[in-house]
Amino acid sequence: MNGLSSATVQAECEVVSNRRVGAYHHLTLSAPGIAEHAKPGNFVAISVGDARTSMLLRRSFAIYQTMARGPFGGTVEIIVAAHGAGSSWIAERAPHERLNVVGPLGNAFKIPKDPVRALLIGGGYGSAPLFALAELLRQKNSRVDMAIGASTSDRIFAPVEGKRSVHALHIATEDGSMGSKGRVTDLFDHKLAAIDIVYACGPMRMLQAITEIAASAGVPAQCAVEESMACGVGLCMTCVLPIRGSDGVIRMLRSCVEGPIFDGTSVQWNDVGTIPPGTYGAPR
Amino acid sequence: MNRAEVDMRTQIGNVVFKNPIFTASGCAANGKELSTFFPLDSIGAVVTKSVMTHPRAGRPTPRMAETPSGMLNAIGLQGPGIETFLKEDLPWLHQHGASTIVSIAGESVEEFAALSRKVRNAPGVCALEVNISCPNVENRGLVFACDPRSARDVIEAVKRSVGSTLPIIAKLSPDVTDIVSIAEEVVAAGADALAMINTLLGMVINLDTMRPHLANKTGGLSGPAIRPVAVRAIYQVHRALPKVPIVGMGGVLTGADALELILAGARGISVGTATFHDPSAPIRILGELEKLLHERGFTRFSDAVGYAHREGE
Repeated sequence: MNGLSSATVQAECEVVSNRRVGAYHHLTLSAPGIAEHAKPGNFVAISVGDARTSMLLRRSFAIYQTMARGPFGGTVEIIVAAHGAGSSWIAERAPHERLNVVGPLGNAFKIPKDPVRALLIGGGYGSAPLFALAELLRQKNSRVDMAIGASTSDRIFAPVEGKRSVHALHIATEDGSMGSKGRVTDLFDHKLAAIDIVYACGPMRMLQAITEIAASAGVPAQCAVEESMACGVGLCMTCVLPIRGSDGVIRMLRSCVEGPIFDGTSVQWNDVGTIPPGTYGAPR
Repeated sequence: MNRAEVDMRTQIGNVVFKNPIFTASGCAANGKELSTFFPLDSIGAVVTKSVMTHPRAGRPTPRMAETPSGMLNAIGLQGPGIETFLKEDLPWLHQHGASTIVSIAGESVEEFAALSRKVRNAPGVCALEVNISCPNVENRGLVFACDPRSARDVIEAVKRSVGSTLPIIAKLSPDVTDIVSIAEEVVAAGADALAMINTLLGMVINLDTMRPHLANKTGGLSGPAIRPVAVRAIYQVHRALPKVPIVGMGGVLTGADALELILAGARGISVGTATFHDPSAPIRILGELEKLLHERGFTRFSDAVGYAHREGE
């Protein structure tokens, strides 16, 4: 079992700004100590409420982007979708309020050494961590295409500054209110003829579909999963997924510490929510 | 405040711990992650996740639901198994200076006995927690701590294996009619101390699926929601068995919460669910507790243990 990165810290972070972006909230946090060490794909875990809160579990958010230095010291930006009471509370924080933040957490997207042709696919606000990834890939002279899909236009997260990080951006909405009408998987040639690597972040079903497309095209897919977490730091064992290792053995791995980014083909997508037969430590 | 003014040492069986703040089994993994947030040798002890004989994959997901001031979990004792634990996790804790209380869980009396034999001679173990009260086993009939006779059988077998080499701490369930009678049984069987309380069995129904939210259907309820139950159980058992050390747990989120359990009779405090909320909770609570004891005029932690039971005034 792994520990955490030595760069992980817990800090009281001031909210620098909170802007509404479609259906989401874009929060910028003053987070020196976290910003300098964060890599694309990492996340932060934020506690909800004050010292007398009735909501004890941390909420985890992929890091959208960071600035190591600036007028507020290092800053970390996240995109919050107000799903429930906890994420709504975080989404409502005003500038100068403080949030208790642990980060950076989780593994990062792996970046090939040589220039590649990359396809980045985001579902809803799952696009958030992909823009910093795109920036990094471009610095390595890679070609970056991005596809984002959501149910409606207000759930497409594609900021103007983010668009500059990609060579081409394709958008699909299920109601046709932005981009083409349909799903994100309709946006690209499933043969992935001109693609060397796929990166994806979004709902599990989207990641499974993308893994299948990429696998049949013989292209690796790195998938950032969304599994419900209680602590985000590897203590509680609630965010486990069945993952097949290079030794062929399936293990229940924590998506917070061993993930959230997994090789798509290693995730036993059809078996999520079960302990597949033969899993390491499964009932005999 | 001068922190040196309160002697925070505490004793469980024949072992002295530098202070009474411990982690709780199942809430600290095996220590590595928490060491990112504070030095493990700064708290009284790390209580490791209950380990079984074989590696264990645990329960399917969803394993967790947030509840008002608490959470429900059904992890199902996912873990590496005793051999890997003794080869990798325990030596790591030992190297990092942690006082370690190893928690074991078995599905039979024999399994508990065999596990305790393996732990007995391992370097770096301060005490043995015998988890006879995990609510997430396949068969609720296996919750040994819900039946006085089963509870006694397990502790007797462990006592035969361990003798007096390690203090035996029996972890009790609050899901019983009379926790005092269970406590008396396990103490008579050879337990040197008691850990209480384990989680309470609960259920959450998901209104979207209109089915139980957890894959296991039921789960263990923890967090501040159960604290009054812990205070009551500790108070009752300390009253009946004032000489038996109690490691108290159940929703301790602050030093004030810890003090409440201590006044009821706890000689050690395990910080559990609070570490999910705040991974620095154990060290923060230690500081808060010291301050509260000092403010109340205590110079020794041990003087506060069970203070709520005092006569007169």
